Amino acid sequence: MRNPDYPMRKILIQFVHPARSRSKINNTLRAAVEGLDGVTINDLYATYPDFLIDVQREQQLCEEHDAIIFQHPLYWYSTPSIMKEWLDLVLEHGWAYGSQASLLKGKLFLQAITAGGDDSTYRKDGYNEFSLRELISPYRATAKLCNMVWLPPFAVLGIHRGLPEEEIKMHGEDYRRMVIGLRDGTLDIEQGRKEDYLNNDLHAIIRRP
Amino acid sequence: MEHFLLQLFIFLAAAAIAVPIAKKLGLGSVLGYLIAGIIIGPFGLSLIADIEEVMHFTEFGVVMMLFLVGLELKPSLLWQMRTPIVGMGGLQVALSSVLISGFSLLYLPWQQAVAVGIILSLSSTAIVLQTLREKGLMNTSPGRSIFSVLLFQDLAVIPMLAVLPLLATIAMLDDGHHGSIFFDISSLPGYLRILVTLLAISSIFLLGKFAGRPMFRTIAATRVREIFVAAALALVVGISLLMTAVGLSPALGTFLAGVVLADSEYRHELESDIEPFKGLLLGIFFISIGASLNFTLIGEEILLIAGLSIALIGLKWLVLVVTGFLFKMAKKERSLFAIALAQGGEFAFVLFQFSRTNGVLPAQTIEPLISAVAISMFLAPLLFLAHDKFIAGPHGAEDVQREADTIDHGEHRVILAGFGRLGTDLGRFLISAGIKPVILDHDAANVDILRKFGFEVYYGDITRLDLLEAAGADEAELLIVTIGDKDKASELVELVQKHYPHLKIAANAADRSAAYQLMDLGITVIRRETFGSALSLGQESLKLLGVDPYEAYRLKRIFRKKDEEMMPELYRMHREDEDQYISMYQKHNIDLEELMRLDQNADTEELDKAWTAKNPEM
Repeated sequence: MRNPDYPMRKILIQFVHPARSRSKINNTLRAAVEGLDGVTINDLYATYPDFLIDVQREQQLCEEHDAIIFQHPLYWYSTPSIMKEWLDLVLEHGWAYGSQASLLKGKLFLQAITAGGDDSTYRKDGYNEFSLRELISPYRATAKLCNMVWLPPFAVLGIHRGLPEEEIKMHGEDYRRMVIGLRDGTLDIEQGRKEDYLNNDLHAIIRRP
Repeated sequence: MEHFLLQLFIFLAAAAIAVPIAKKLGLGSVLGYLIAGIIIGPFGLSLIADIEEVMHFTEFGVVMMLFLVGLELKPSLLWQMRTPIVGMGGLQVALSSVLISGFSLLYLPWQQAVAVGIILSLSSTAIVLQTLREKGLMNTSPGRSIFSVLLFQDLAVIPMLAVLPLLATIAMLDDGHHGSIFFDISSLPGYLRILVTLLAISSIFLLGKFAGRPMFRTIAATRVREIFVAAALALVVGISLLMTAVGLSPALGTFLAGVVLADSEYRHELESDIEPFKGLLLGIFFISIGASLNFTLIGEEILLIAGLSIALIGLKWLVLVVTGFLFKMAKKERSLFAIALAQGGEFAFVLFQFSRTNGVLPAQTIEPLISAVAISMFLAPLLFLAHDKFIAGPHGAEDVQREADTIDHGEHRVILAGFGRLGTDLGRFLISAGIKPVILDHDAANVDILRKFGFEVYYGDITRLDLLEAAGADEAELLIVTIGDKDKASELVELVQKHYPHLKIAANAADRSAAYQLMDLGITVIRRETFGSALSLGQESLKLLGVDPYEAYRLKRIFRKKDEEMMPELYRMHREDEDQYISMYQKHNIDLEELMRLDQNADTEELDKAWTAKNPEM
């Protein structure tokens, strides 16, 4: 994976929410990482309200960063629609995948997902019958095809019954720790890949500096 | 005066009766004119006199026609055509001259044989071009080949005029004076003559290139239409006089002027102003050809003249087939090419006359030849018909048409009426999408500036039918109306619906009531000029107030959709109110009230539901 001595990973957060003002949790997560050194936040719905995605700009952003985080709510067991448009347009053959493509190789791929149902609903015997990890397997396959390093999602679950203020705040802090850990190379990628959710136990996978 | 008017009446009435009948029978206008000529001529009802005089005067129609042809040929296109012009044209004239001279050598001394050969190698520009235009074949590949040859022939007349006197064998009366009324160029020494000729040609170029535009702009600014017509006519007549003075073909001179002006924005305006004059003059010219058929002579020497006509058409046809073969034309193209140019031309009348006065050919030789040329010209439209029917086959014309699509990339499919505030951006947008509209605007200053930036803009009043025609309304697919004056816009729409029902129409409306006016005319694609900007500004304003950009965008889209859905209802109410004879001002207020009420009723649920907390996955 990555050399721990490497000074810093540049992190690109693709913020994907159609009505940001109506999502407290996504705003909190975003605010927790906003302004961090080496972290770029790219708001897809705000930048492309008419879905006219600037492919060149997006590809350049990807090239300039070492980890790409898609932060989005789970809509119909998938992503908001603009993210599909983004994947369709930006991940061009010859750039993202194909025998000649190497521009995304080795970069980290990660989803930060907020979902209504809690962890118990995302089980074989639960309400949704599939685990979150199973549901997002198309993205895992996508990352693999692009030779990227896939990581389990940073998940904030059970939000539809409304999370208490402190818990939301805690998720924000976790998000910030995770992003910094990825940035500084203190987060153990190998260990993280074994988890269901990357934020299951951040203490266990982040090395103290 | 009375006599003149009577003659004029006879010509015009004959044309007005014969041409529609000929067209109805599918014979084409040229044949209609020729038949009209025979009927009113000395061998028909004998209604007209001075046929030669009339023919001589109306030859000017050919000059105008070449001016119009020049207007349609940009210099770059002409340059592209240099190979067919010199190659095909040169080969056709040379081969025909040699073959016909050789044939004539059996009966005539060699000087006379050569004179007959070169004179008969020419074809009829007037008949062929008129027919090609009528059939819409001008821009097809065979049409261009035919035109190239005709152009070369017109050029070849000049050296022919120089060579013919050298072939004189007969002692002649000294009336060979053919100089101009101004001064006789032949009195100048040789080098000066060349200098004067070059000067005349370059003055046409300079005039067209530099003086033409400012002149027409000034005239256009007066907005007195007949002055523009007068200037256009003066230009054509003036150039003809200049060319005649220096001993060049007036047709060639005006053709050059046309080519120089082909790039100018006044092209369509000039075209539509000269067109009717050309049409009338040519029509009368054709009538006089019909009238000049000497049936007494033909009756007396029927075998000789029939033989001559057949030999003329046969030999020329053979040469054309060979030429087409050498230039690798496709079979269908070659057959049209050969049929089209196999007749004698109107220049033959001029040159035969010239040969007689210069003592080259005796009158008894010329008489039957002139009859043969006239008969071949009469047969030309019939040969076109025969070609359509038997050779081209039922799908022939279609084939040629399809070919044209790939050849002419410049064919416009969109006419953009009005190039003001709205038209400018619309035009830019279309051009960026690879569609080059023909743009028409009636503001001369506006047109001028836009052309400087490379737009193809033409000056003219778009509500004139002839300008629409010149802009290619026949072939166009779509008309976009962006003129601000709503009554003018309605006038234009009605005109187009009447004369070009195939044209799709998209229109801009200044406001809601202008839109209603267009809806009255059955237009369905209407955009209100300020509506899009109002909503865009609204979207940006919402963003400044902190509304999510995507939501602001959606709000705009939803509002627009609702507004469009309300439009028929508002239109109905608007028209119902109208029956109650209320004042314009009141009307506006009532309209506004209805608009606001419908807005309030509008279903906003769609907005509220999206992405809300009710969504369990939020």
